[in-house]
Amino acid sequence: MPIEWIFGLVGGLVIGLGGAVFLLVNGRIMGASGIVGGLVDGSGASNRNERLFFLAGLIGMPMIIAHVFGFVPPTAVTDNVAALVAAGLLVGIGTRIANGCTSGHGVCGISRLSLRGIVATVFYIGAGGLTVVLFRHVLGVI
Amino acid sequence: MRNLFAALAGSLFGTGLLVSGMTDTRKVQGWLDIFGAWDPTLAFVMGGAILPMAVAWMLTRGRAPVLGGSFPPPPEQKLGRNLVTGSILFGMGWGLVGLCPGPAMASLSFGGPGVWIFGIAMLAGMLAAPHVRMRLDALGAGA
Repeated sequence: MPIEWIFGLVGGLVIGLGGAVFLLVNGRIMGASGIVGGLVDGSGASNRNERLFFLAGLIGMPMIIAHVFGFVPPTAVTDNVAALVAAGLLVGIGTRIANGCTSGHGVCGISRLSLRGIVATVFYIGAGGLTVVLFRHVLGVI
Repeated sequence: MRNLFAALAGSLFGTGLLVSGMTDTRKVQGWLDIFGAWDPTLAFVMGGAILPMAVAWMLTRGRAPVLGGSFPPPPEQKLGRNLVTGSILFGMGWGLVGLCPGPAMASLSFGGPGVWIFGIAMLAGMLAAPHVRMRLDALGAGA
């Protein structure tokens, strides 16, 4: 088994552990787009601090790992500004309209066999796959 | 206490994203690229994350959260047009650059300016979302 798959599995377990802590201790669903989105549009004002502390961990711990321990993983983010802006807008609008992203619908939804989580995951993976095929193999721009 | 455990959960989430390689946009696009060099790593990450979450959901039965309050209500059964439309829009953006909200935020400190451009556009999209949803609802009502 390639080492990347093992790192994927181990990293996935740590992600799931984070979701389990947030659910069992705080009683909340670990959905990245929902936690940020609630701060952006004010719908999450009643538990603002909890959201901010979660984000501090999500942004801060990788910062410590990268800049204190010197483990800087590759990101290979495109330098195409138009693609970055379009993608950011699509992800922001889409996750809020669908009420969830890969963590909320994918990890937290599928694990409780939520039909909405499963359907959302099928559609975002399907749309993502078609987008990669179109822009990489047909248009050749990514 | 709530804030402390929220920070712990966020830290685990961020650490897991780094370890799993999901902050590497090539791995994400590689998973979506069924006609290229297909990369199954994302399936291992998803599977690994779903396992402890499934146990956690089982443990919620007949209990309350450790720090009080109540667990989220059972998931809605209603699917609805917004779930599908929103997921398609999200998937298009995800495929275009290989970033979704969690990994984008986790890589803000080391991913270079591209992640920030994506992040700011994502926040703008989230601000615009209620207006887009209203338009979509109006379209749906007219159809």
